[in-house]
Amino acid sequence: MRSRVPITIAAAALIFFAGYAALFIAPDERTMHEIQRVFYFHIGLWTGMYTALGLAFVGNVAWLFTRKPQWDWLGVSSVEVGVASCTGGLITGVLWGKPAWGIWWTWDARLTTCFILWLLYISYLILRGLIEEPQRRATLSAIFGIFAFLDAPLVYASNRLWRTQHPSPVLFGGPDSGLDPRMVRVMLIAMVAIVFVVLLVLADRYRLEKLRHELDELQLAAELRSAAPNSVAAKELS
Amino acid sequence: MKNFNFLLAAWMAVWAVFFVYELSVASRVSKLRDDIESLKRQLKE
Repeated sequence: MRSRVPITIAAAALIFFAGYAALFIAPDERTMHEIQRVFYFHIGLWTGMYTALGLAFVGNVAWLFTRKPQWDWLGVSSVEVGVASCTGGLITGVLWGKPAWGIWWTWDARLTTCFILWLLYISYLILRGLIEEPQRRATLSAIFGIFAFLDAPLVYASNRLWRTQHPSPVLFGGPDSGLDPRMVRVMLIAMVAIVFVVLLVLADRYRLEKLRHELDELQLAAELRSAAPNSVAAKELS
Repeated sequence: MKNFNFLLAAWMAVWAVFFVYELSVASRVSKLRDDIESLKRQLKE
């Protein structure tokens, strides 16, 4: 636990520096002015979400091939953290949309595909809660997780494929896109800060899943012991 | 500053989401640790 202190201090320092950079170092944007500064955390949250959901996808695929419980733990932990990040991204988007567009929400391709992604992963978490048997739960949720991940590239490509209320991409978006180099630097700082926090939270969530597995094994040992106190299996498990 | 309240709300929302989530993980971890300890004690008896 003591080893977490320097990492937590580093995360806090990064968060404060990213906030300072977004407010005071990044230049003013000509049309939206200060509300545009939401951009740095909005895009950071999406980076955090893609990192977490990418790890969930790896965990889901690896579980189906190896059946090692660690991959299932990675899958569910990453999905939960990804949903938290996606929730933050949607909230910051809504809070940016109102002053910039005059509306809180619109059903354009980017916002709709993103909302569907959020719903899909909420469904993944609900599905896991409905299945008791661990192997079956891990397999079905891995398959569902892989299916849900198909929407992730669609979210990314949506404002390239269709005309949307959401702005066109500012990065990798064609000859007219681009950002002031100072904005790029601040954006990168915010992205690093949020991805760092996402990975820290993910490590904690993974530990939770590991403890849950340990508890299941102990409960099994307790049940075996009460059923057959001298059995070899009960002694081995306890 | 025009729209500063929206900027502040967005900034707070980012960290509130992670803070609340981390609190929920920490409380679940602490409850699981207690359950594990009590089961271990039961198995030793």
